[in-house]
Amino acid sequence: MAITLSGDQAIPGPPLSSRLTPAQVWGIILLAPYLLVFLAFVVYPVCYGLWLARAPSNYVALYNDPIFARAAVNTLIFLVIGINIKMLIALFLSGFFAQQRTWIKWLSVIFILPWAVPSIPTILSVRFMLNPEWGMINHYIFSLTGDDGPNWLNDPTVALTMAIAVHIWKSLPFWTLILITGRLAISHDLFEAAEVDGASWWQKFRYITWPSMQTLYVTCTLLSMIWTLGDFNSVYLLTGGGPADLTHVLATLGIRYLRLDQLSLAMASIVCAMPFVLPLVYFMMKRLSR
Amino acid sequence: MKFPGVRQFSWREVGTEARLLLIGIPVFLWTMIPIYHMFLFAISPKEDAFSGKLWPDHPTLHNFAIVFKQQHYFLRDFYIQFWNSTVIAVSVGALTLFIATAAAFSISRLKVPGGRTVLNLALFTYFIPAAFLAVPMYRTMGNYGLLNNHWSLILAMVTIASPYAIWVLKQASDKLPVELDEAAVMDGATTLQIFRLVYLPLMMPSLVAIGTYAVLLAWNEYLYAFLLLSNDREITLPVALGNFLAADDSPWELLMTTGFIYALPPAAVYYAFRRYMVGGLTAGAVKS
Repeated sequence: MAITLSGDQAIPGPPLSSRLTPAQVWGIILLAPYLLVFLAFVVYPVCYGLWLARAPSNYVALYNDPIFARAAVNTLIFLVIGINIKMLIALFLSGFFAQQRTWIKWLSVIFILPWAVPSIPTILSVRFMLNPEWGMINHYIFSLTGDDGPNWLNDPTVALTMAIAVHIWKSLPFWTLILITGRLAISHDLFEAAEVDGASWWQKFRYITWPSMQTLYVTCTLLSMIWTLGDFNSVYLLTGGGPADLTHVLATLGIRYLRLDQLSLAMASIVCAMPFVLPLVYFMMKRLSR
Repeated sequence: MKFPGVRQFSWREVGTEARLLLIGIPVFLWTMIPIYHMFLFAISPKEDAFSGKLWPDHPTLHNFAIVFKQQHYFLRDFYIQFWNSTVIAVSVGALTLFIATAAAFSISRLKVPGGRTVLNLALFTYFIPAAFLAVPMYRTMGNYGLLNNHWSLILAMVTIASPYAIWVLKQASDKLPVELDEAAVMDGATTLQIFRLVYLPLMMPSLVAIGTYAVLLAWNEYLYAFLLLSNDREITLPVALGNFLAADDSPWELLMTTGFIYALPPAAVYYAFRRYMVGGLTAGAVKS
């Protein structure tokens, strides 16, 4: 049937059915639910958002907003310093948890807890610990030294550091777990041979562990960076972006503009992040969809 | 066995063990302190909670009684909020499983034309940080007239959960041998029969993992829940927890008690399905 096909190719009508096997017709039907969700809740919102953010004046306004510049810097600190520290600790701990000890097995079960429990109550728990008057930490600083402890969340640098610490607390178990699987995949013979040759632990790490794990490690680091860009909870629930909006990251800034009813600014701030996000996403897709 | 070596060896072993403990103890404390702090508040009367003691003088379950009897302004809708969280999490789990299983079967087993493209689009969505999609999603739900309706949160969470679900299920179904489908076709099975009788039973472990993943994702979600739902009787528990902070003199011991109750189900589910989670998810999360 030489009928020109229009946009509704997805609907198996008479002109198509002669060319499609029943299995392919079912394939299209079964794929349709996801396609509908994708069109209605990804394509439409993204296009609509881009349309809202189209005016160049939005970007001028962002450029002139000191909070935006601060949030961009904070995001960079969060990603470049926070994530690398987290991944280094995860790499180190993966070696620790790969040890064959019963108590380490039990510890690894406990170690997963931050990942298994929802972040809201635990972040709020940390928030109260850091309370300058009533919090546990300043209480002990006072009883040990007799001095009042610092007003933790009132100093932007300290507050951002604490937000990074909370983020690490929450997601460290996940990355450690993945790096452990990577480590356990290394053939044990290599280590035994190295043992016979009298290699030090550093040499074993440098010449056996690291070469087999570096691809995994880099993938994990990049993936963690992309996801951390969307980490709203660690900052919002701990500092609320304060003091004086100095600890915002891009994820919380978009929501702040939204709450102030500046939707086009919110979208524009997200569009500004895209030049950094898209190359990372492209790289990850190349890595994962082979 | 050389005897002179034995003593030296055991000293070395003690040293190794001590070094391991030197790592293990800080790791234990680091992990447990925020959780213990929450638990401590939950079992402390208000005066003890604010006094910085490591164990209350009079541990009590009074806070739990207040929560369960809804005897506080912030807790007056506790049960309905708990119910909202449950309904939304279960719906997201069921819908995600349905959509993702159908899509993975279609792409992996039926080799539907364009399946590869759809998979790449899904993967792309998976990598875009959810907080970035939240802003346009909020407006879109407004346009669809779904704000303050549970469907808005359910559909948003299904959108976020399905890409990863499709991807993991597609990887898992690629591993099933083609001969299975061929043999079933030879026996005259229709596509739907293959899906129901061959595919679903074999995929069970991955389906359990993905269902759990979607349920936990929805139960734990704060950002979307707080954007899309605002009415006190429509919100989920995490939003209610966040609302505690609205007051200057928040009842923190009750906040931590509610938080503790809220955190128990996902932790229990996680540990119950840990076997599936670790296999199904870590293999999927990063392919090296």
